[in-house]
Amino acid sequence: MILNQLLRKYLSVSRLQSVLILLGILAAAFAIGGVVVAALGASPMEALSELFNGAFGNKHAIANTLVKACPLLFVALGICVSFRAGVFNIGGEGQLVTGALAAAAVAFAIPGWPTWLVLVLSLAAGTMAGAIWAGIAGWLKVRFNVSEILSTIMLNYIATLGMVYLLSGPMNDPAHALSGRFMPETARLAIELPRLAPTRLHLGVAIAVVLAVLVYVFLWRTTIGYRIRVVGKSLRASEAAGINPRRYMILAMVLSGALIGFGGAIELIGVQHRLITEGSAVYFTGSAGFNGIVVALFGQLHPLGAIPASLLFGALLTGGARIQRALQVPSALIGAITGLIALLVVGTDYVRRRRARQRADTELLRTPPPNCVSQGEGEER
Amino acid sequence: MTAVIVGIVSSSLRLVTPYLFAAIGETLSQASGVLNLGLDGIMLIGAYAAFYVGITTGSLALGVIAAGLAGGLLGFIMAFVSVSMRADQGVSGIALYLFCLGLSEMLFNQTLGGVRTISGLQPINIPGLSKIPVLGPILFHQNILVYIAFALVPIAWFVLNKTPFGLKIRAVGENPHAADSLGVRVRRVRYQTVTLGGVFAGIAGASLSIALLNLFQPNLTNGMGFIAVALVYFGGWRPVRVLLGALLFSTVNALQIWAQVEGIGISPYLTLMLPYVITIVVLATMKRRNSQAPSALTKPFERGQ
Repeated sequence: MILNQLLRKYLSVSRLQSVLILLGILAAAFAIGGVVVAALGASPMEALSELFNGAFGNKHAIANTLVKACPLLFVALGICVSFRAGVFNIGGEGQLVTGALAAAAVAFAIPGWPTWLVLVLSLAAGTMAGAIWAGIAGWLKVRFNVSEILSTIMLNYIATLGMVYLLSGPMNDPAHALSGRFMPETARLAIELPRLAPTRLHLGVAIAVVLAVLVYVFLWRTTIGYRIRVVGKSLRASEAAGINPRRYMILAMVLSGALIGFGGAIELIGVQHRLITEGSAVYFTGSAGFNGIVVALFGQLHPLGAIPASLLFGALLTGGARIQRALQVPSALIGAITGLIALLVVGTDYVRRRRARQRADTELLRTPPPNCVSQGEGEER
Repeated sequence: MTAVIVGIVSSSLRLVTPYLFAAIGETLSQASGVLNLGLDGIMLIGAYAAFYVGITTGSLALGVIAAGLAGGLLGFIMAFVSVSMRADQGVSGIALYLFCLGLSEMLFNQTLGGVRTISGLQPINIPGLSKIPVLGPILFHQNILVYIAFALVPIAWFVLNKTPFGLKIRAVGENPHAADSLGVRVRRVRYQTVTLGGVFAGIAGASLSIALLNLFQPNLTNGMGFIAVALVYFGGWRPVRVLLGALLFSTVNALQIWAQVEGIGISPYLTLMLPYVITIVVLATMKRRNSQAPSALTKPFERGQ
């Protein structure tokens, strides 16, 4: 019964068509990628099979895919919350970095405390830092009408430079000062997230999936979540309904940053264990702050859609690394294809929306107006 | 002291070129109602194209042309997505940026393999004028792209304010429906401005890779294109004010480089933050300017709505 309802709800014609368009986009992106691979002198079919093997070939490959998908999912969830409120948080990179920096700072500050307590406080600090970093952009938008797209991008660069500064100075590994060797990196963290299997798979992946469900419940089953979506749909409608859009824009931004900052802390404590930089944030984030936007768009800005989408892009990243090793095709190809997919998803967005509107119109014509239905029901009684 | 000031002013005039090219192009496309946030990505591809063509053919002129063509093509793609496909301009610009970011890194890995340098565009002395004390070396001893960038400011002002094409651009940006009813082809005008903006952004990238830094590496622009978008807001969509804003940023950059060379005891990573912090501060103080924005900015055009 419930399953039937769910199926009807999620596999309605409109959703099916959306999914088909997304699969078409994926096929187009793969085709273009294949042409590039062929132009580089490698076999596209071989590349495809290496990609698949690299991502799902054995349990370690699957674990790596899930681990790569994890920060993407965190960022995508943050993007869902902010984009649904009509605020465009492009600051994922900066929020991942500030989250990780705060988590590391707390972990180093309280070395003797019980491990579980350090772990919890460190994750909390990362969440707070991400929330504050995004909150600044939300506040600037509401208070000074500063475009949040531009301010979050500027905050990305500021956070990155801040990280390089801290890692090469105040937070530099003390061991380096003794040995005289210089590397812009922190010491190794004493804490670690529990593993879910004898692979790199860590608890954070499970947390991310649970959070996705929670974000879905929050956005679609709570009043605050409903208001956030109303603000995103129409400022005028929200004001008419007595919702203060400014408040919910800031809230959406803060929540978005909290999710991403939490993701940054998880990535640090679960995977990398120390912060390293080569002058940019990419070494730590792997551009997850940007790729997470693509994941969210591909998942139709739906928290549950973000789960398979993050898995897909996690697989592309893991498989891309394999392609580079096996066929000498640069893994940056995956970056270009990710961007291409983003462009195609955004470019076809209007077509999909218009189709949905047309369908809604025809459905309206097919079903009798509500008052007829109620009359009919009245007669039966 | 004079030598220091001449050095700083001269280098700020050189550093202004990428900002100026990108921001003037963006002024045109925003005046017609299209916000192109992919500017930074187009600059990256332009920088790569100029560098690669320059280093393989040995001709920097061909490099600049390649950068302009690549930028124009990407501008056209942006126009297609945002004008024809009516995509949300904020998101589509970021998508274009991500595409260019990945593409330029892939091309860098595949064709250059590592950071190489090129002997870039050389300064051209304007005969006679470059001999003027103090001002001569500052104003008349620069590379060709600097002169072109500065020439673009009055040209853009003239085109926007004194030509039928400029009137069309502004009409399409202010009230596309009225313009449409008078027979102006709204989408065509937007295609033209966004493509032209792409050409300028491509050349902006070229001015970075073959005239200023003389090298190419992934993410060479470090957000200059986004700052250029902010400059257009700062300049209130007027070319001359955009120039003033661009000069502000290039002077900050020049001072920052000078401070690093002199070693003033502040970490370079902190002084490097300045342009980004200033961008935010500048945007925050621009509140009243928003009334000057083209009314149809970021709004896709559709007949009969």
